[in-house]
Amino acid sequence: MKILSIYDFSNLTQAIHTWLSGKMSVVSTQVVEMILVGTVFLLFFAVLGLVLVYAERKVCAIIQVRLGPMRVGKWGTAQTLADFIKLVFKEPLITRDADKFLFNLAPFIIIIASFMAVAVMPFAKGLQAMDFDIGLFYISAVSSIGVTSILVAGWASNSKYSLIGAIRSGAQILSYELSAGLSLLTIVILTGSLQLSEIVESQADGWWIWKGHVSSIIAFVIFIIAGTAETNRGPFDMAEAESELTAGFHTEYSGIKFAFFFLAEYVNMFIIAAIGATVFFGGWMPLHVGNFEAFNNIMDYIPSVVWFFMKVSAIIFLMMWFRWTFPRLRIDQLLTLEWKYLLPLSLMNILLMAFLSLMGWHF
Amino acid sequence: MSVILFYITAVAILLFAFLSVTTRRILRAAVYLLFVLIGTAAIYFLLRYNFLAALQLTLYAGGIIVLIIFSIMLTSQMNNKLEKPNDLQVVLASVTSVVGVGLVLFVILNHSTFITQYSEKIYNVKEVALSLISYQKNGYALPFEVISVLLLAAMVAAIIMAKRELKNKEQ
Repeated sequence: MKILSIYDFSNLTQAIHTWLSGKMSVVSTQVVEMILVGTVFLLFFAVLGLVLVYAERKVCAIIQVRLGPMRVGKWGTAQTLADFIKLVFKEPLITRDADKFLFNLAPFIIIIASFMAVAVMPFAKGLQAMDFDIGLFYISAVSSIGVTSILVAGWASNSKYSLIGAIRSGAQILSYELSAGLSLLTIVILTGSLQLSEIVESQADGWWIWKGHVSSIIAFVIFIIAGTAETNRGPFDMAEAESELTAGFHTEYSGIKFAFFFLAEYVNMFIIAAIGATVFFGGWMPLHVGNFEAFNNIMDYIPSVVWFFMKVSAIIFLMMWFRWTFPRLRIDQLLTLEWKYLLPLSLMNILLMAFLSLMGWHF
Repeated sequence: MSVILFYITAVAILLFAFLSVTTRRILRAAVYLLFVLIGTAAIYFLLRYNFLAALQLTLYAGGIIVLIIFSIMLTSQMNNKLEKPNDLQVVLASVTSVVGVGLVLFVILNHSTFITQYSEKIYNVKEVALSLISYQKNGYALPFEVISVLLLAAMVAAIIMAKRELKNKEQ
């Protein structure tokens, strides 16, 4: 535990805070800190988008036995940057008779919703912008606003493809939110807290996926299926089924507004992966095995932020793997899967976990 | 700091509430209403009543508004504009809202000590959850159960309505 404190980010944030307080009044310190945190998140979002899009294209290429982008930069690493610059300079088109105000507003709602969700993410020890006592519940609350944006975008575009895509997507996200929430609740039974920092701390002697065994594994499988569906990614990408709906709810968007939807999709994927990593795989907590001190100490040498991003990347890779290997479902199959299989299963799983917890049969 | 934030949120809520009732495009009204509800959640956050704020976001911003938007999408058309209300309607609505504001202000101003006494306490999730299932004094077990019966009734009604349409089609 001693070594963990070397990598504690609260030293850094505390130093910045004291330095700022020495320079100015309380109110302006608060304002400057808010701006600082906001800027850091903005930069993080930009980098995240670039990296994830590149990763997606490379993973897809490898699965399809191709090389993927290779020309811009070494191994095509600057490809997404070039694409981004192209997107920024494109003309933002608006369809005739579209509701201009709502059409322009929709991309902002979805990006703000993902911004708010990332705000409570514990990236590393002491590196968390907000630490609510309702952490997990807060995340599911703010990410439920994102669906409004998709519906509004589909409506305001004044296009059939967009409208059908939006309605499909709305039905899908609303249904799968239930399973995702219930599978997280399964672990909350064990942690006894919704606060993300406490959930991470409670895994200091082993991750919940291991400590909760059967029930945790079922919960994780349900969570990853529901999470993939909530981000509208394949095999659940009915909302933008290219062969039927051109591009679903963002058919009519171009340029920077399209980039917003695109970025939001990848940020949402990151959020799902980060929640999964935090709740099931210990977040930034290194791999600890019970009271095996020597092993735990060695693991502590790897910084917590590295642990967090390793786990998140693993889950993101899993989601990309799904996308490029499974065929797309039909909309009725999708709703059947949720309402007839996943939802009853996750309800039963909660009962099972409550029973395990009551009997003390978890580690 | 929180006072400034409170006034910004309050002005935003009032502005969007006004826009929501005056706009003639129905989906815009729904989106303005969404902003009003998010603003209310922001005020709960300022009061550090996080649980209620998150509930407000999940139920109203994420649930009710999505339901409203869904029903608008399925029933009305993009270019439909609502009719302009006639003068009598405007007068009646204004009178009703003024009376409503007056009533709320009257209650708040007459019980200000009561309100400050309760708003300074910080509730955590555990307390809220325990009082929800408590059947002792100040417990909410009975209302909780009664509401679930109400929801059950709504679900039964929805199923009956859906089934009836199916039967009609078969005939």
